[in-house]
Amino acid sequence: MSRIRGGHNFYQIRLSDQKITASREMVDILLALDLNTIEIHRKSVNEGGFILYDSEIAKKKFEEPEFIDIPFRKIALDVGKNSVMANTVAIGAALGILDLGLEALKKILIETFSRKGEEVVQNNIACAEAGYKYALTNCPKCEAFGIREPEGKRLMIITGLQAIAMGAIMSGCKFYSAYPMSPSTEIMEYLASRAEEYNLVVEQAEDEIAAINMAIGASFAGVRAMTGTSGGGFALMVEGLSLIGMTETPLVIAEMQRPGPATGFPTRTEQGDLLFVLHAGHGEFPRVIFEPGTPKQAFYLTNRAFELAEKYQIPVFILSDQYLAESEWTFEELGSEKLIYNDYRLREEDLKDVEDYKRYKFSSTGISLLAVPGEAGKHLVVADSDEHDEEGHIVEDSETRIKMVQKRLLKKLPLIKKEIEAPFLYGDPSPKIVLVGHGSTYGVIKEVVDTIPKDKKAAMLHFSQIYPFSERDRFDYIGLLENADLTICIENNATEQFAKLLRSETGFEFSHQISKYDGRPFTIENLKEELHAYI
Amino acid sequence: MPTSEDYKSQVPAWCPGCGNFQILSTIKQALIELGIEPWEVLVVSGIGQAGKLPHYIKCHTFNGLHGRTLPVATAAKLANHSLHVIAVAGDGDCYGEGGNHFLHTIRRNPNISLFVHNNQIYGLTKGQASPTTAEGTYTTIQPYGVLQEAMNPLAMAISQNCSFVARGFAGDQEHLKELMKAAIKHKGFALLDILQPCVTFNKINTFKWYRDRVYRLGDDYDPYNRNKAFEKSLEWGDKIPNGIFYKYEREIFEERVPAIQEKPLVRQKFSLEEVKHEIEKFY
Ligand SMILES: Cc1ncc(C[n+]2csc(CCOP(=O)(O)OP(=O)(O)O)c2C)c(N)n1
Ligand code: SF4
Ligand SMILES: [Mg+2]
Repeated sequence: MSRIRGGHNFYQIRLSDQKITASREMVDILLALDLNTIEIHRKSVNEGGFILYDSEIAKKKFEEPEFIDIPFRKIALDVGKNSVMANTVAIGAALGILDLGLEALKKILIETFSRKGEEVVQNNIACAEAGYKYALTNCPKCEAFGIREPEGKRLMIITGLQAIAMGAIMSGCKFYSAYPMSPSTEIMEYLASRAEEYNLVVEQAEDEIAAINMAIGASFAGVRAMTGTSGGGFALMVEGLSLIGMTETPLVIAEMQRPGPATGFPTRTEQGDLLFVLHAGHGEFPRVIFEPGTPKQAFYLTNRAFELAEKYQIPVFILSDQYLAESEWTFEELGSEKLIYNDYRLREEDLKDVEDYKRYKFSSTGISLLAVPGEAGKHLVVADSDEHDEEGHIVEDSETRIKMVQKRLLKKLPLIKKEIEAPFLYGDPSPKIVLVGHGSTYGVIKEVVDTIPKDKKAAMLHFSQIYPFSERDRFDYIGLLENADLTICIENNATEQFAKLLRSETGFEFSHQISKYDGRPFTIENLKEELHAYI
Repeated sequence: MPTSEDYKSQVPAWCPGCGNFQILSTIKQALIELGIEPWEVLVVSGIGQAGKLPHYIKCHTFNGLHGRTLPVATAAKLANHSLHVIAVAGDGDCYGEGGNHFLHTIRRNPNISLFVHNNQIYGLTKGQASPTTAEGTYTTIQPYGVLQEAMNPLAMAISQNCSFVARGFAGDQEHLKELMKAAIKHKGFALLDILQPCVTFNKINTFKWYRDRVYRLGDDYDPYNRNKAFEKSLEWGDKIPNGIFYKYEREIFEERVPAIQEKPLVRQKFSLEEVKHEIEKFY
């Protein structure tokens, strides 16, 4: 799928009455609105599948049995009086092939077109019905799929980006500044669309440097703030990240990866920025990196990101990629009950026993009181990008420097580490084969584990709280890996970044690595094929 | 009422004789005369000799990165518009490294004042050319003399319809104080470019050099005439005018951002109860 105008565009939908979490290479129904689509995607149609097309639009007639020629355009003209509704006819036809009924589609058509007037709505509905009927009567073998509408259960449909943005709103984020860059832009669009309802300030900055500095300014002034971008924009934010480190200003940063270097593939996916995000920023300061595997994780980890950013006064990343960011998932289990909100910012009331407020006062935890400037009575808040004393004023002496490094970095690190949850183990509890992934590969690895025979004792170990690594006292995941015969790290990049990170942090070395760097996500088929060599 | 005692802070680390000392004492005087208390004012600065200024006043301070003063100041104002926000920058800081932010802050028109200590040189990094260094000036990095034409920040600001455009001189503190007060009181983005001799690295634009040239715009000057203001802003050489060049009153940014019309963002308490129905929209 692409969010850029012009050129070939496609959308893959996978439906099942089982819980599914990944994309497949092959499709059962190809709905082609032009010839180009047929040529590009024909080879990925399963045996027994169908290609729905319109020979008039394609200007070509296909005789092979999988082709079903449906006059999308003619029906649209006859029934809807406008050929632009050919796509509505086509969707109706696809539903007809599946015999799924038209109720849901009708609702969507009404929602989408009601502002264009009743006639447009009715014409679209008529087109959908005509397409549906045509497919039903002209497709003899369509019973084959046997898919039924799920009963009773209400499902939500949500993308990774929407989950992040919604997570931000529900964590008390009040300020978002960013500069448009695929695939992160939708966070800003979403928040802007809710700005009025929830009193949010959403500002499109002149560049990413301004974006992060604005978010820092808002956070310093006392509101929960966030910025978001993709790799190229994050490159411009790097000095600002370091400023967060020095000034200890809480901030949540979403980095939605796309394949680089430079402009790369603007609308494709990759996990190529993990080590960049980890090492970005000059100087040494703490950070946390989350890389969700599902929209659900994205939602809760965004909430956790705001909590940790403010509690420890550090930058926290939501690292994701185009694949998770833009794919839509259905869910039944997202709720607000498990969300946390602790306000660590202090106002006059909270500080009434503090005589001499110092922004960077030394403490046993390294955490100093975070006062809100102007709302803290007569206390003054002084933040400085230079090395500073407890009050926040510039210093040069080595003694203060040492104490400040200990305060903002060394004392906080072990406390932050304690907050990180262990990776998620799925499958055999004492596995011989462990497939390890991080971030958006969650779904595909999980489904592939399900296809491996039980007696092979396979499991997935998935990291969504990537950095720092969690302590091993609750779950010794390194011990688990050491006890396995085969440990395979699966990554959407070329240089095995996570494997390197794990090795440098724990000394553990994977026995094998599967890397994919063609700009596409892993599908069930291609991951299985890659695994074939080992299992 | 605040007194000079309230604003007493650290001892400045500037060269003796630097024009920054006059700017510092004038700023304090202006704040005192306006009756602004230290805890009501936030000074945001960048990096450079000018950037150190807030450490020597007593006030809320965000001393951020080189060139990035205005985004921080703008956002802090959006977060809490009950604060007086003053951005302080050097000429390199604001017109060079942060030039893009300067342009776009004019467009946004937040109600903040920007004081640029324009010493026509990079002071902190020991004497390289800044965007306002005169063409032909020799420096360690420009051995053939500066090859670019100097930038004219006032003309640029007027060309972009900046809400308040003024220039003062560190050596004329009485006038400078009035300009600072006018800039702080002005509703909208107010640029005050301050001619500030750097006695160590700028041997051309000295106190005497400025004194021989500067004059105050007279009472008959009309700052609401944009064309005249633009023309005036081009005057630079044997005669250098100081004063309020241009004023254009328009709605400020904070009045246009819907979320903060009732009260400052920072005072809006978050309640999960009020937002949790957001999830329902995805079913
Ligand atoms: C990103 C970045 N680049 C370069 C510097 C080095 N630097 C610090 S101040 C400065 C220029 C100072 O000139 P100006 O802004 O005119 O301030 P002045 O010292 O003259 O008051 C430079 C180049 C820096 N701190 N950060
Ligand atoms: S170098 Fe110039 S600007 Fe900096 S303190 Fe010395 S005289 Fe002032
Ligand atoms: Mg300078």
